[in-house]
Amino acid sequence: MTQLALVIDLNVCVGCHACVTSCKQWNTSGAAGFLSDDNPYGADPTGTFFNRVQTFEVGEFPNTETVHFPKSCLHCEDPPCVPVCPTGASYKRAEDGIVLVDYDKCIGCKYCSWACPYGAREVDEHQKVMKKCTLCVDRIDDASLPEAERKPACVMACPTSARLFGDIHDPASDVSRAIRDNGGYALMPEWGTQPANHYLPRRKTEKRLHPDELVRHDNPLKVDGRLPRPATGDPALDDVTSW
Amino acid sequence: MICAKGASGIMKQVSPARLTRPLRRKPGAERGAGEFEPISWEEAFALLEERLSAIRQTDPKKFALFTGRDQMQALTGLFARQFGTPNYAAHGGFCSVNMAAGMIYTIGGSFWEFGGPDLERAKLFVMLGTAEDHHSNPLKIAISQFKRDGGRFVSVNPVRTGYSAIADEWVPIRPGTDGAFLLAVTNEILAQGLYDREFVARYTNGGQLVINDPGSPRHGLLATDEDADPGNPLYPQNQLWWDRHSGRPVLTHTPQADPSLFGDFRLADGTRVQPAFQLLAERLRPHTPEWAEGITGIPAATIRRLAHEMGITARDEKIELPIAWTDCWGNEHASVTGNPVAFHAMRGLAAHSNGFHTVRTLAILMSLLGTIDRPGGFRHKAPFPRAIPPSAKTPTGPEGVQPGKPLAGLALGWPGSPEDLFVDAEGEPVRIDKAFSWEYPLSVHGLMHNVITNAWRGDPYPIDTLMIFMANMAWNSTMNTVEVRRMLNDRGPDGEYKIPYLVVCDAFQSEMTAFADLVLPDTTYLERHDVMSFLDRPISEFDGPMDAVRVPVLPPAGECKPFQEVLIELAGRLGLPAFTEKDGSRKYKDYPDFIVRHETEPGSGIGFLAGWRGAEGEKSMRGEPNPKQWERYAQNNCVFKHELPPSYNYMRNWNRGYMEWAQRVRLRRWGDPILVHLYSEVLQRFRLAAQGKWPGRRPPERLAARIEKYFDPLPFYFSPLEHQVTDIERYPLAAITQRPMAMYHSWDSQNAWLRQIHAHNYLFVNPRTARAGGIEDGAWLWVESPWGRVRCMGRHSEAVEPGTVWTWNAIGKQPGAWALSPDANEGSKGFLLNHLITEELPEKISNSDPVTGQAGWYDVRVRIYPAEEEAIWPQFSVLPREGKPVPKWIAYVAGKEIGR
Amino acid sequence: MRPAWSVILLTTLIGAGQGLFLALYALDAWDAARGQASLAPLFVAACIAGSLGLTGAGLAASFFHLGHPERAWRSAAMWRTSWLSREAIVLPLFMALVALYGLAHWTGRLQGALVAGGFATAACVALFVCTGMIYACLRFLQEWHTPLTVANYFLLGTASGLTAAAALAAWLQPPLARGYVVAALLAGLLAYLGRLAALARNARLRPKSTLATAIGVKHPRIVQIAQGAMGGSFNTREFFHGRPREVVRAARWTFLALTFPVPGILVVVSGSSAALLGTAFLVQYIGLLAERWYFFAEARHPQNLYYQAIA
Repeated sequence: MTQLALVIDLNVCVGCHACVTSCKQWNTSGAAGFLSDDNPYGADPTGTFFNRVQTFEVGEFPNTETVHFPKSCLHCEDPPCVPVCPTGASYKRAEDGIVLVDYDKCIGCKYCSWACPYGAREVDEHQKVMKKCTLCVDRIDDASLPEAERKPACVMACPTSARLFGDIHDPASDVSRAIRDNGGYALMPEWGTQPANHYLPRRKTEKRLHPDELVRHDNPLKVDGRLPRPATGDPALDDVTSW
Repeated sequence: MICAKGASGIMKQVSPARLTRPLRRKPGAERGAGEFEPISWEEAFALLEERLSAIRQTDPKKFALFTGRDQMQALTGLFARQFGTPNYAAHGGFCSVNMAAGMIYTIGGSFWEFGGPDLERAKLFVMLGTAEDHHSNPLKIAISQFKRDGGRFVSVNPVRTGYSAIADEWVPIRPGTDGAFLLAVTNEILAQGLYDREFVARYTNGGQLVINDPGSPRHGLLATDEDADPGNPLYPQNQLWWDRHSGRPVLTHTPQADPSLFGDFRLADGTRVQPAFQLLAERLRPHTPEWAEGITGIPAATIRRLAHEMGITARDEKIELPIAWTDCWGNEHASVTGNPVAFHAMRGLAAHSNGFHTVRTLAILMSLLGTIDRPGGFRHKAPFPRAIPPSAKTPTGPEGVQPGKPLAGLALGWPGSPEDLFVDAEGEPVRIDKAFSWEYPLSVHGLMHNVITNAWRGDPYPIDTLMIFMANMAWNSTMNTVEVRRMLNDRGPDGEYKIPYLVVCDAFQSEMTAFADLVLPDTTYLERHDVMSFLDRPISEFDGPMDAVRVPVLPPAGECKPFQEVLIELAGRLGLPAFTEKDGSRKYKDYPDFIVRHETEPGSGIGFLAGWRGAEGEKSMRGEPNPKQWERYAQNNCVFKHELPPSYNYMRNWNRGYMEWAQRVRLRRWGDPILVHLYSEVLQRFRLAAQGKWPGRRPPERLAARIEKYFDPLPFYFSPLEHQVTDIERYPLAAITQRPMAMYHSWDSQNAWLRQIHAHNYLFVNPRTARAGGIEDGAWLWVESPWGRVRCMGRHSEAVEPGTVWTWNAIGKQPGAWALSPDANEGSKGFLLNHLITEELPEKISNSDPVTGQAGWYDVRVRIYPAEEEAIWPQFSVLPREGKPVPKWIAYVAGKEIGR
Repeated sequence: MRPAWSVILLTTLIGAGQGLFLALYALDAWDAARGQASLAPLFVAACIAGSLGLTGAGLAASFFHLGHPERAWRSAAMWRTSWLSREAIVLPLFMALVALYGLAHWTGRLQGALVAGGFATAACVALFVCTGMIYACLRFLQEWHTPLTVANYFLLGTASGLTAAAALAAWLQPPLARGYVVAALLAGLLAYLGRLAALARNARLRPKSTLATAIGVKHPRIVQIAQGAMGGSFNTREFFHGRPREVVRAARWTFLALTFPVPGILVVVSGSSAALLGTAFLVQYIGLLAERWYFFAEARHPQNLYYQAIA
């Protein structure tokens, strides 16, 4: 069975928010409805977004890591938000595992959002229904789009390619390989939700220097006669041993 | 791929801050009050035509045109030149001119559009002082690929955000001390013999002999063989090497010869000479890692390790590409080699008054590692490399400015000696911003940050009309904002404004438009034709020249008009020669017509766009105008690229094939090799003038010592000028800003989506520093510099060096500006650091680099302490809002707004 | 969690309504077992009307919680998996059965009433379970994820219903009041102990989720700098009560005083005064409102880890 998901590579995410607004742009224009914004030009502007980039600091100066952390619906394999929905508006699509909300069935009771430990769902204050990342179903299902563009808008946008998209149940897929090879992990594993989305950790490249790399016969200083040579007048073992 | 701003472009389009009609300040309304009445374009043009033609016929320099947007410089610059005013520049002077000048005067190219790190092949990438705002998508793409390929990424920066966040190693550094760090690294590389000797010997002037004869007018200049043919006298090629095989002086690049890089020699006439490299080594010697540790805050062991890493990676992980090429001296090379250490740097190095020498040190380090225009190192982008210095020159005296005539030169140029300065007989400036004067001789991008202060003071002279395009000079684009706003509104004893007429062109209602006498509504990028031209800042790649266009995808909002069209119209009305037919009639219908038909000189075949030239579009780079050029661009995704053969893609400073090609297509006037200036003869010429030894122009007495000190032909470190006049004990912290990636300066606070990400700003303080000052996380605090103070909220951050505080720039707004409601976060909780930054140091010297005039934004020193009251300070009046009230909420369905 | 008044009213009102029905039916059943008929019709009518009134008001309040109340009927769909759906079915069912029970009483079909009341009782218990489980089933809301949640919904509802029954009895059928007073005190005490147990349990809870598991970085010191939006979001509005600690503490002391001690004293000293017992019910109900407010405010949703700071 297919399970579509995003794999987000924290090793290269620079926190530019391109995924945030490209998501907003695509999805506010979607057939299913807008993503409204309150106080757009006033105090405390706030709107519906499916995806946010957050920033965390890990450790203390000078050993600080700044982590840019994009977060959207994780499309759990065992999504706690789905069984709690009283109307069946929240559902997990059988064919590809995408967790979706049917806006026409949603009564706006918000119970599903309580049932999500990740805060991945947002009520649209004006359409009055629960909304969340759809993995851009209206892109990936759209046969009129070129194959290469049948991806979520955020994946198309990301300048650092920090967002991979694919079937994590297919062991040969790019996403499966990325998870396998790079220590991909799921968020809050303690709840057994089995998020389909995975994150790839920071990977550090270190350089090991060997002391002998500084002492070499091809040192260019030699060409110009500049490597210090001991002067003949300096004391030597020769001077003090008589046998 | 798209950035956050691009994906939110549609909200820019529908912003209530859009200006849609020309506006004239209401009679009796004060500047800055933002009270306007709409007028027609015809009225606006008539007003401008009358005013500007009177100025042009009497004293063209009384018209000053300064533009924030510098990708349009080819046209704005042409307009100013044709008008005849020297008073023209873009924002480079307060942005990153040190980056451009420091590198172009050293390697003939620089970062950004001019060149960049070849991360596809690099193994080690060192990024210094790159603020978040210089994060273009191509660099993001390259860095992520580099990391995926296992490259090692080191970031030297006081703050760890953005790119630094994903660095393998963060090296926190105190702002303004990068020069010390780079000197120590370079010293260590040289002392350990980790430099690329072959590269230094052949491709830099390190092996060339410098005259050491303090009494001579040629002291410190390169020794030449007067009997040898210098070739092009502008860029002579008759310098000398000391051949280490024969032990004799020989002409530079004599076949079979190899220069001694060290030594102390005498020429046949007894002149004492030393290789430039020897002088560099002597200069570097005291700059040990231990010395730098005390200045930079970086442990000496770290500096030493990083130097070793750079040197060993460059030496031991060499790349050899089987690409044959021929150098300018005729030597055939079977391959191109690369030392895979790449660098990138930007405003963090540039925006200090010591930035020129810092950047030069970086260019020298890159050259010692042998990484210039080689795989895995730094790569040029066409039209770079350029000669050192490039050919473009300004007029050299006030006679270059004549009523009714175009300027006798460019408004901006590249001085190579005191003779190229734009000064009068007394050595005093001709330009309003004092660029190309003895105060800032190499101010190659002008000093936009001093225009208002100088014009207000009438120093060097008063002007009449100041036209500002897309620069928020009454807010975040100015130093000392409160005072500058006062100057804009200040009147002389005669009751007239000190700056009599202020024209502002922008697409959005801003703090600056509020001060205008005349506001011209610009279009957005979605509504107009644009060119990213070779005459400007094209979008070339490493492997070939590229330029691009924009074509409008939306009709203009209301009556707004592209600024380009405004200039074409004005130029026609004023009868500027390049825009007029012989019979005096207007030459160009509109901007697209101008772009297609304009040639730099009649018949030159060089125009704004290099693609699809020739009557049939069959030529590229050069060719007669093609009336269908726009269509051809539109058919080709708006981009033109001329891919160069691999043999022209590397070593271009010294690549004969490339040079000949570049000359053929007139990218370059000269084809002489461009040796890296480890030792800067250009700087030495100015120093000689200051020492009274130069046979030509001399600086005014008051500036001689300054020129002598800062025009050092070898790189050196000095603490920024502002630090020298600041009580560092009292103001122990450096304060800097960055622009967030999701914002375009101040322009995006009117964007309903982007402002949700950055609605207001905090001062980021290291928790140790904050706690020592009794400042809780999130608490209100005072930030005070010698020049002013600001009350704002602070946020503890472990990602900032303890001696530094920082904030996002241009998030804070004047209440009511940008059509935001008066209680919007930007005005009620957001703040500007600009209030703390001075544009002038004592004695009316600009707070700028003494070499280039680069604004020293990041030199300000502050102290912080808890605030009692919880409100932003300083406070500003609320700007009135024109047009319909702001909606309570918005959403768009099928393009229609449905909010209330 | 942000306490929503619609949900607070829903759960407290239906709890009292359920309790009131139980109080009535318990006596009815006891009567039947004893072969007596001690209930005055007026008292029965009042209890049934009261129960239906309270549950009806609760149901009405619940509609205010919905973005689309006109689609509320859809909420019956997912009874197989959703406790909320089950509640949405059982609540009207319970009301219907109570009405049927009342109708049977009204028409004198006492045998039928007993059967209908039996079903209503089953529905009543089921409703307590559904309501409690709506909260208790959310395993990462650790404060709620305990059998005590269901027990307390049951006990608190029953206790308040018994207090109401005592008041109604004192008013309409005084001989019954004494028994109800005793029952109300016992139920109140049990409920109080149950609630104290929950408080004690929750005070010792260690959150299973931390910032380290939330973002998957193993480090003891992680601090959020920015949550990606500065003007707030659904996540900051729905999951944070946004009240100062003092208000939360005051709510706790209020409910600790008003759910049992104060009404308990009022009940004891009432001397079967309908007015005092009525006051006791009102005071207890106010205590329950505070209790329910605190129940929400106390619950720390793990999503809050992602919404700690703006910059």
